[in-house]
Amino acid sequence: MIKMKVDEIIKAIGGKKLCGESCDVEVSKAFSSDLMSDVLTIQTEGTLLITGLANLQAIRTAEMSDINCIVFARNKKVTEEMIQLAKENDIVLIQTSCSVFKTSGELYKAGIEPLF
Amino acid sequence: MMMEFNYEINGGDFSKAGFASSNLKKMLKQINTDPKLIKRIVIALYEAEMNIVAHAYDGKIKVKIAPEQIVINVSDRGPGIEDIDKAMEDGYSTASDEVREMGFGAGMGLSNIKNNTDQLDIESTVGKGTVLKIVTKLR
Repeated sequence: MIKMKVDEIIKAIGGKKLCGESCDVEVSKAFSSDLMSDVLTIQTEGTLLITGLANLQAIRTAEMSDINCIVFARNKKVTEEMIQLAKENDIVLIQTSCSVFKTSGELYKAGIEPLF
Repeated sequence: MMMEFNYEINGGDFSKAGFASSNLKKMLKQINTDPKLIKRIVIALYEAEMNIVAHAYDGKIKVKIAPEQIVINVSDRGPGIEDIDKAMEDGYSTASDEVREMGFGAGMGLSNIKNNTDQLDIESTVGKGTVLKIVTKLR
């Protein structure tokens, strides 16, 4: 199973890191969803969340689910409050101009596996 | 050793939703609870917290941590649940558009609480409110 580091993810999707400089995160799987209710039902070990839902609850959901990296697709605006909450919980936030589909596709191509 | 924590939740206050769950997660980490159990407990509580914010006027969360189990009581003043069996079905929801825009309200909360606990009791009175008892065994 492949393990991708944050910088490799960013390279694959052309995104930028918003916070989490010191976090040593590796992911091997990803889940794409704007519905946090679904995110709260999945297995999340080593899982990256790809979403177009940019609000505080997306960060809270990651916190509760032990997800330590989120990609915000479609250039969604990430607020200072969200970044602050992510920092408190050692969650890496990445922003990309790619759509959820393209982000998922590029990472799938790079070897990231779906959860199901 | 027995610990007790109390939280008050305001209905409609989405910016603070998750505060109690976040706080409890930190406490459970401090007392070295198994991370897999922590995840189950805080996900159940977070879903319950979101339910108060989404549906009720206000609510109270009481967490009792004993060596063998954690009991969480979540009680709210709100509209209550008319048909609990139906509310437990995946996809059944009475949530507002505002709640759905937050990424919730898909009608999966109660069943996800059940999936993440060892025991879930629900009592509800229409027009008054709902009480959940969520029990997680620690051993």
